[in-house]
Amino acid sequence: MSILVNKNTRLLVQGITGRDGSFHTQKMIDYGTKVVGGISPGKKGQSVSGVPVYNTVADAVKETGANTSIIFVPAAYAADAVLEAAEAGIELVIAISEGVPTLDMVKITPYLTKRGTKLIGANCPGLISPDEALVGILPGSIFKKGSIGLMSRSGTLTYEMVYQLTYNGLGQSTCVGIGGDPVAGLYYQELLQMFEDDADTDAVVLIGEIGGDAEERAAKYIIEHISKPVVSFIAGQTAPAGKRMGHAGAIISSGTGTAAEKIEAFENAGVQVARQPSDIPELLKKLLKM
Amino acid sequence: MKIHEYQAKEILSHYEIPVTKEVLCYTVAEVQTAAEQLGFPVVVKAQVLTGGRGKAGGVKLVRNADEATAAAEKILGMDIKGYTVKKVLVAQGVSFVSEIYAGITIDRNTKSAVFMVSREGGVEIEEVAKDNPDAILKFTVDPDLGMAPFFARKIAFALFDDLKLVNQASDLFQKLYKVFIDADASLVEINPLVVTSDNKLLALDGKMTFDDNASFRQPVILALNEPSEDEIKEIDAKTKGLTYIRLDGSIGCMVNGAGLAMATMDMIKLYGGEPANFLDIGGSSNPQKVIDAMNLILSDKGVKVVMINIFGGITRCDDVAKGLIAALEQIKITIPIVIRLSGTNSKEGLEILKKANLPTVETMSEAAQKAISLSEDFLR
Repeated sequence: MSILVNKNTRLLVQGITGRDGSFHTQKMIDYGTKVVGGISPGKKGQSVSGVPVYNTVADAVKETGANTSIIFVPAAYAADAVLEAAEAGIELVIAISEGVPTLDMVKITPYLTKRGTKLIGANCPGLISPDEALVGILPGSIFKKGSIGLMSRSGTLTYEMVYQLTYNGLGQSTCVGIGGDPVAGLYYQELLQMFEDDADTDAVVLIGEIGGDAEERAAKYIIEHISKPVVSFIAGQTAPAGKRMGHAGAIISSGTGTAAEKIEAFENAGVQVARQPSDIPELLKKLLKM
Repeated sequence: MKIHEYQAKEILSHYEIPVTKEVLCYTVAEVQTAAEQLGFPVVVKAQVLTGGRGKAGGVKLVRNADEATAAAEKILGMDIKGYTVKKVLVAQGVSFVSEIYAGITIDRNTKSAVFMVSREGGVEIEEVAKDNPDAILKFTVDPDLGMAPFFARKIAFALFDDLKLVNQASDLFQKLYKVFIDADASLVEINPLVVTSDNKLLALDGKMTFDDNASFRQPVILALNEPSEDEIKEIDAKTKGLTYIRLDGSIGCMVNGAGLAMATMDMIKLYGGEPANFLDIGGSSNPQKVIDAMNLILSDKGVKVVMINIFGGITRCDDVAKGLIAALEQIKITIPIVIRLSGTNSKEGLEILKKANLPTVETMSEAAQKAISLSEDFLR
């Protein structure tokens, strides 16, 4: 098994005719993901990589029985695209779009809760359950099926970490990029619980970064609810305060959100924190007695 | 994006939130005139885009013309945390009976706006949060309800017993929330919001920061932007699809992705080096981006080595390799470069670099160590 996406995932691509949308549609199909439809208003009847294009998500769901949607539309329209997917009954929405205004995310949250729609992102690389489904922009070739669950606020750092895991023979159950924005969809707690409940996940890697207190909250949640081993790496240990490190969420403000605080919280929760990404495989092997 | 106090108060005023009578001044003479017009006492306040003005001596209460002149001479031109004071606000002195804090920001955990108030206004709210966290009352604003009148009243009753003040406050809080939403703010703050001796609420200070992701739909706010020299470089980079933050070290970094860029800086530090910058070249890379990035790194004369760390996801390694070669043909580079490429199309990318005689290393830690040793060679 795995979490969130698998062989039963039937995927729609919102913004399928754009540069990134069409490029990654092909990549996802190549990986074996069931991409059943695309949405691009006014382009009904076209096709991208053999995938039929629809005007609305509702039409696409009706025609294809899709249950998941990935969003590549420009940031200004991303929140509306998420709402459209939720309204059409999509269960899981992955928003890749970068630069979505924070208040747009705040505004759509209650509706998603009401509809029971799960959101990942925005500003995220998506997720993958190796050998089952790739829903995102992650480079499929570096992943390998296995029993390590991974979640991260950063895209490329995830790839770096996965590369180390795979190289060291540690395959993955599911890897989720939750995105670097201050207000995002699914977060550490929800994903930790999913990995805890997933029979095929033996240990979890949590890649955090400076800003906010999500890691501190995750540490608390781990103490109370998680029995599987968790290891971590925190990016931004040397970042100066008050400077936004690329991600809208990655900013140390008035002495909170520092890497030191996060590392301390994790260590208090029994989570080992690696000094550099390449130390993660060793930590896992020790914990899993491999 | 940050704005000055006087700009924030202009916005508050536009929303009919009462603020102090005040005049913006650029010279000592202007301060003198403004002080005479407003009548003593007045407060002379440095206008800089950083906190801690008071502690730095950038805020002075003055009671007569001589004091006004002295304060203006001292504050204009003063350096506060690297910012030179070019203008001051001369504000009418107000006698008040109490100081309130009122602020709105985004709470990442409830994914909503949070309205914060405290009876302990007038000091930095971060200090109150540290020393006496219970003194800050937090109200999560339901995004669907917004600042409904009853909700604003609830917050006002938490602060005041006097019904006149409750009514003023609930009206003011609704307006403040409207500012927050209308302007795509990430923080609006009035500290202190005072109760004057004639029982009126008045904003003595105002602070606002805005969501950079929303600037595309906030032309009026964007026009208030006054970027510093470093920020101009950062903004220029942004228009080219790069995120650049200058630091003080000698190892220039070019990385794709914010997280990996941070981890690269951490790695350099871990092995005893100093990064010269944070530079994220982002996704969907094209050769021009790499050229722009290289030019940006080399504009910092402190850079002794360039370390390129690319892990291809949405960024294709062959694009990066082509960009690098194009950049190296265009720019004369006299300092060493350490390149690490991995991920999508890395085979093609490495092949291109090999043909061009550009050496590569396999891992991030190798790259960091090599960059550090090269930068040390340079110093020798």
